[in-house]
Amino acid sequence: MLRDITIGQYYPADSVIHKLDPRVKLFGTLIYVISLFCIKGVVGFVVATFFMAGMIALSKVPFKFMVKGLKPIMILMLITALFNLFLTPGDVLVSFWVLEITKEGVQNAVLMTIRLIYLILGTSVMTLTTTPNQLTDGLEKSLRPLNKIKVPVHAIAMMMSIALRFIPILIEETDKIMKAQMARGADFENGNMLKRIKNMIPLLVPLFVSAFRRADDLAMAMEARCYSGGAGRTKMKPLTYVKRDYIAYAVIIVYLLLSLLCGRI
Amino acid sequence: MNIIKARQLVHEYIRRDEEGNVESIQTALNHVDIDVKEGQFIAILGHNGSGKSTFAKHINALLSPTEGSLWVDGKDVADEENILAVRQTAGMVFQNPDNQIIASVVEEDVGFGPENIGVPTETIWTRVADSLRSVGMLKYRNHSPNKLSGGQKQRVAIAGVMAMEPKCIVLDEPTAMLDPNGRKEVLRAVRELNQKKGITIILITHYMEEVVDADYVYVMDKGEVVMKGTPREIFSQVGKLKEHHLDVPQVTLLADILRQSGINVPLGVLTREELVEAIMRIAG
Repeated sequence: MLRDITIGQYYPADSVIHKLDPRVKLFGTLIYVISLFCIKGVVGFVVATFFMAGMIALSKVPFKFMVKGLKPIMILMLITALFNLFLTPGDVLVSFWVLEITKEGVQNAVLMTIRLIYLILGTSVMTLTTTPNQLTDGLEKSLRPLNKIKVPVHAIAMMMSIALRFIPILIEETDKIMKAQMARGADFENGNMLKRIKNMIPLLVPLFVSAFRRADDLAMAMEARCYSGGAGRTKMKPLTYVKRDYIAYAVIIVYLLLSLLCGRI
Repeated sequence: MNIIKARQLVHEYIRRDEEGNVESIQTALNHVDIDVKEGQFIAILGHNGSGKSTFAKHINALLSPTEGSLWVDGKDVADEENILAVRQTAGMVFQNPDNQIIASVVEEDVGFGPENIGVPTETIWTRVADSLRSVGMLKYRNHSPNKLSGGQKQRVAIAGVMAMEPKCIVLDEPTAMLDPNGRKEVLRAVRELNQKKGITIILITHYMEEVVDADYVYVMDKGEVVMKGTPREIFSQVGKLKEHHLDVPQVTLLADILRQSGINVPLGVLTREELVEAIMRIAG
């Protein structure tokens, strides 16, 4: 059951968006998210909608797949909408008991909901078309300037990619330990929240011990293969910009200008 | 030339208490002399705690000697400056296949070693393809290591070492966590590397069957080399091996029992075919 969890929900397909350099995608997503929170009017949202729809169409990822990502945040969206609806001061439209619905409240609620939906859809275009490894590579290269202020960018990227590699292994291990404990009468399914958390302790202790042992082994294996940090390293799959990446940058900039111009209308 | 030369090698694990006083000293290697010629297939046998893994880690400069010296391809491992060169000359494959694969795609993992030593990108690609081919894993190059069997993972690990073009590969109980099929796969790959590419192999194990094909065998117990010789010489001393908590292959054991009960089979029978032949000869 635990093995079904996948992190980094990559959807393999052969599309322009898939082939783009991860740095372009990171940059584009960042611009898109910022623009969403600057836009205030209908025309702005029309621009954002066209941009997003275009990206989704280009990515060849079925729309159904994208919508799946919205499910887990349904409740969050509902709560945000309700808070906005009832707690925004302004012209009162309807009021009953202590609750008041204002004109501004309705506006804010609709705006916020659209923003959140667009935010999730937009970012999932990136996560669905980029493998976790490409993402870490992209992050490493884009954040390289931070090296100058002594941020260990390479080490952080290496840690992220190793963490991604070990997630399935640790999940499998958790499953194994869980079964071993259940065979000896441990109970992970019944009881209230507090009791269930308490019951997790015999699961977590061996899991931690084995994770540390693995880390130790892995460090030794890396050293044995001459790993000595980022300096002097070459890349098997270096990131290089090609023509389509420059075009993509241009498209993103155009979008940014458009959304700034039309944002207020 | 000897690619590996150990002289009076001593390693002590020193345990210290919180104040830094020595609590206990455990001698894992006790004046070990081992010589390995280039292109040989060497096996080091030993029971748990015999010091065989400690020795392996010295060859890769993961541990440094307390006393004595060890030269790998003429380079002293105790010298800090030689560490990277030593690790490039002598690659190492560990016991647990999961804990030595770094990347989440097979080919990227094989490329990890060459990346570390600064090989140019195009050369990395040819090296990765060559080394995956040499262990028969080329068609899995785009797979996730999590979906491979134990034997396949271990072959990927061997390819990862191969891609650094070492002269010598040390395998520290590479088959201990594998099923019999995986074990055969890995050993076949190792033997091929030795015969086709002339890579020196140092196989550390406690499975007797794996040792039969080696050129030379060292038996270790309690940090000392207690026996050395060709597999045939070693396996003809069934009693002595037993003293060191080691079993001989079943065929050898059977031959030994037959000898003791007065049937004239030769000493140190290694394979089933040899035994059959010997018995046929006696039977006429």
